[in-house]
Amino acid sequence: MSGTAKLRPLPGEFNPLVIRAEAEVAHVELCDVDLAFGRRVVFEGLTCRFPRGRISVIMGGSGLGKSTILRMIGGLQPPDRGRVLVSGQDTVGLGESAMAQVRRKLGMLFQNGALLDSMTVFENVALPLREHTRLCADEIAHQVHDRLQAVGLPDVDDLLPGELSGGMLRRAAFARAIVMAPEILLCDEPFSGLDPPNVSRIEVLLQHLNRALGLTLIVTSHHMATSLRMAEQLLLLQDRSVVSGAPAELAASRESAIAEFIGEDGAEFLARHLESSPQGSKP
Amino acid sequence: MLGPVRRLGALAVARIEGLGRMTVFLGQVGRAMLRPPVRIGYVVRAVYDSGVLSIALICASGATVGLVLGLQLHNTLSRFGAEESLGTAVGLSLIRELGPVLTGLLVTGRAGSAATAEIGSMKASEQLDGLRMMAIDPIHFVVMPRALGLAIVMPLLSALFIFFGIFGAYLIGVEVLGLDAGSYLSRLENAVDFREDVLQSLVKASVFGILLGWIATWRGYACEPHAVGVSRATTSTVVTASVCILLADYVLTALWGV
Ligand SMILES: Nc1ncnc2c1ncn2[C@@H]1O[C@H](COP(=O)(O)OP(=O)(O)OP(=O)(O)O)[C@@H](O)[C@H]1O
Ligand SMILES: [Mg+2]
Repeated sequence: MSGTAKLRPLPGEFNPLVIRAEAEVAHVELCDVDLAFGRRVVFEGLTCRFPRGRISVIMGGSGLGKSTILRMIGGLQPPDRGRVLVSGQDTVGLGESAMAQVRRKLGMLFQNGALLDSMTVFENVALPLREHTRLCADEIAHQVHDRLQAVGLPDVDDLLPGELSGGMLRRAAFARAIVMAPEILLCDEPFSGLDPPNVSRIEVLLQHLNRALGLTLIVTSHHMATSLRMAEQLLLLQDRSVVSGAPAELAASRESAIAEFIGEDGAEFLARHLESSPQGSKP
Repeated sequence: MLGPVRRLGALAVARIEGLGRMTVFLGQVGRAMLRPPVRIGYVVRAVYDSGVLSIALICASGATVGLVLGLQLHNTLSRFGAEESLGTAVGLSLIRELGPVLTGLLVTGRAGSAATAEIGSMKASEQLDGLRMMAIDPIHFVVMPRALGLAIVMPLLSALFIFFGIFGAYLIGVEVLGLDAGSYLSRLENAVDFREDVLQSLVKASVFGILLGWIATWRGYACEPHAVGVSRATTSTVVTASVCILLADYVLTALWGV
């Protein structure tokens, strides 16, 4: 698994106005996906692609299916119809053990953390390492502390998840999601419930992972400013379908639903952000 | 007109489908037991949770049942002037029947329901999905140790129950009603056959343990992922496992004389 840490050059001249997500290699792709829960249709003919090594942010109102997209990518929620491609492999209908192989490329931060109640924070973060590597105890402890430090949780080793606050819980879960250095990181609302310093800490960390390790990031978020700042590709979920493009493109869009969602504040923010950093360079 | 028939049919199909899924699940748990890594630590923990923590309950219940049994059987036997057979009667009824069955019912209420609730709430809070996303099979990691734990503790707790039951009846018969201690014990010893009675009692208890482990973990694993679903699953474990234990008891006794 540690072989996933492929270094790629920093995209220095990267300009969000020029990036065309469609032109790049898709790392994850949903093709013509239908999904309904009973009579409740969530997606109809949903098609979207997440380019390799890029940060894609999925936005959209509550209950439109952001978490569900991540669950479909992770193989936790099979679509009724359509294909879900991860690294070019169709994962729909794969058995559990074949899916487990695919999941080794994936890391996922769940909306509510999903840490194991009965284990301490340290054990939770160490679990994937203990299960999938032959590292010695010292090395595991080192890696775990490294990740916990990175998310700003230096001394919570012996606490149980029930003893953490909501924000601490998500950060601990985040540490667990990245401990195996996955190729693709799925983050469900990584910023919700965090205070501003921690929002920027996680933002910087996500960008570092993306830049330094070439991680493909798929993030859902309600956090307008952070999303617009981070996103190289923005996907706006609408009822049953999706619009995608670079943030600036969407912000310039005249379509009423999109303009309404991004809002004047968002558009203004984006204009200012693009102005202040003409190269689109990031913190 | 066809409405009720159709609904009945749908219900039957759903039931059969459920049984099929349950069987597949049993196969998965069985395979997980054979697949490395061996999760000794988690099995020991499950044995502790469902076994060691039930010891007080089993001892107290066993002794109480023994006391009652001593009084009742003494009453019955004395009508035939056969009080001296109290040891035999108590021993055989506890070993062959009451020990395994009552232990099965008690462990269902104490540990089976807890296993369902734990697995169910792990499902409701996406912990099982979290394991899956880490490429860890929740059946191997969570379900198998608990099912195995229940299957292991049942015969042990049943033996404990029987021991305390015999002890309770001894207290009543010998200390209170004044039977001869020597004859109580020697009658008991002569009447009980190791293969016929003791081993078969353990087999019976093991069958109940496997049934309970299967039902309790399945109910948790298959429950609807929210609080109401978990509480429904827990209730259902207690009801289903109790009925199944009683039915299995009849089948084992009738067919194999166990
Ligand atoms: N297991 C399920 N059973 C029935 N309906 C479901 C299930 N999971 C999701 N849904 C429905 O799918 C829709 C999308 O849910 P999802 O959790 O993906 O929303 P979301 O966009 O992540 O919302 P939020 O921003 O509030 O997290 C919701 O309308 C929900 O009712
Ligand atoms: Mg969500």
